[in-house]
Amino acid sequence: METVYALIAKNGLVFAFLFVGIIMWLSYWLAAKLTHNKVSGAAIAITAGLVMAYFGGEKGIASFPLFAGVAVLGGSMFRDFAIVATAMGASFTEIKKAGVAGILSLFIGIGVAFTFGAITASLMGYVDVKSMTTIGAGACTYIVGPVTGAAIGASSDVIAISIATGVIKSVVTAILTPFIAPKIGLDNPNTAMVFGGMIGTTSGVAAGLAATDPKLVPYGALTATFYTGLGVLLCPSILYYLTSLLMGS
Amino acid sequence: MKIYGVAMLAACFLIGKLMGAFLGQLLHIDGNVGGVGFAMALLILVNTLVYKRKSIPEETSQGILFWSGMYIPIVVAMSATQHVKAALTGGWIALSVGIGGTFACFLLIPLVAKIGKSQSIKEK
Repeated sequence: METVYALIAKNGLVFAFLFVGIIMWLSYWLAAKLTHNKVSGAAIAITAGLVMAYFGGEKGIASFPLFAGVAVLGGSMFRDFAIVATAMGASFTEIKKAGVAGILSLFIGIGVAFTFGAITASLMGYVDVKSMTTIGAGACTYIVGPVTGAAIGASSDVIAISIATGVIKSVVTAILTPFIAPKIGLDNPNTAMVFGGMIGTTSGVAAGLAATDPKLVPYGALTATFYTGLGVLLCPSILYYLTSLLMGS
Repeated sequence: MKIYGVAMLAACFLIGKLMGAFLGQLLHIDGNVGGVGFAMALLILVNTLVYKRKSIPEETSQGILFWSGMYIPIVVAMSATQHVKAALTGGWIALSVGIGGTFACFLLIPLVAKIGKSQSIKEK
């Protein structure tokens, strides 16, 4: 048994290919057999991943040494590398046409998420400006939250809440998008770009679109990748300033 | 050969990330601003400009399409390594803001999408 562990530990990434391949195969089989493809196999596989991550620690299932390779395969390097590859399918004309709405959606998306987060924070007892701003930033993504909290010197428990908020947003988006897509007309490149700008969390947007219609992934991903940068720019500066004005401190 | 496609992808990826890093420094943010977005734009640009007259060699495009096809499995691996426990221990406020805020944005999408009206991809 020891030799098996040692072998897998040395070839973690290859083991991760096998492991994910099995999950995909089971998920697509379940999707066909149980739901006659009403629920996409990708949605089941992504949800299964999240469920398994629950049993792990900080790095999800990769907290178990056997699955360390899964963290490499699912890490930001491969994730970003593969997102760029999906641009192969994107058509330049679609992007140009949807450009204005895409850019606008970025600002609206951050504004709405931040406002919702800051107001809810104040209603639930976090009335100081730093906490409201950090939780508002957490409503954008699980990166914008902690970066903003650190920049304005918020307390660590509030920063932890902002991370949790961002992760929940990413999880909710990944799971709910396929079900909500038909109701919001998410079936074309233009709406996909607006979706990427409005929701913004790259992992949630990409996973949600992958489970809805893989052809839309590049369009949503294109705007979503600017969301985090814009959020990190706006939250600790303008939005923090506006919140402090409003709260009169 | 397939490696030509993968190398082209890697070049667009690295140059795009560099542009994002410089933009981040320019705006005094210690992070990458839209690096992946630039990389995607570069790949599309290269695709349309370099291969305007003759289409991209089959082998080369296969190299890129492999990574494009690996995208969903990579997203599955990514979701399996999320700190889901932290999400739930964040308590009620994280849950209400995480779900409520997201829902508010979902509802606004049709409205914002009306601005840049274009035909659906299915009509192509």
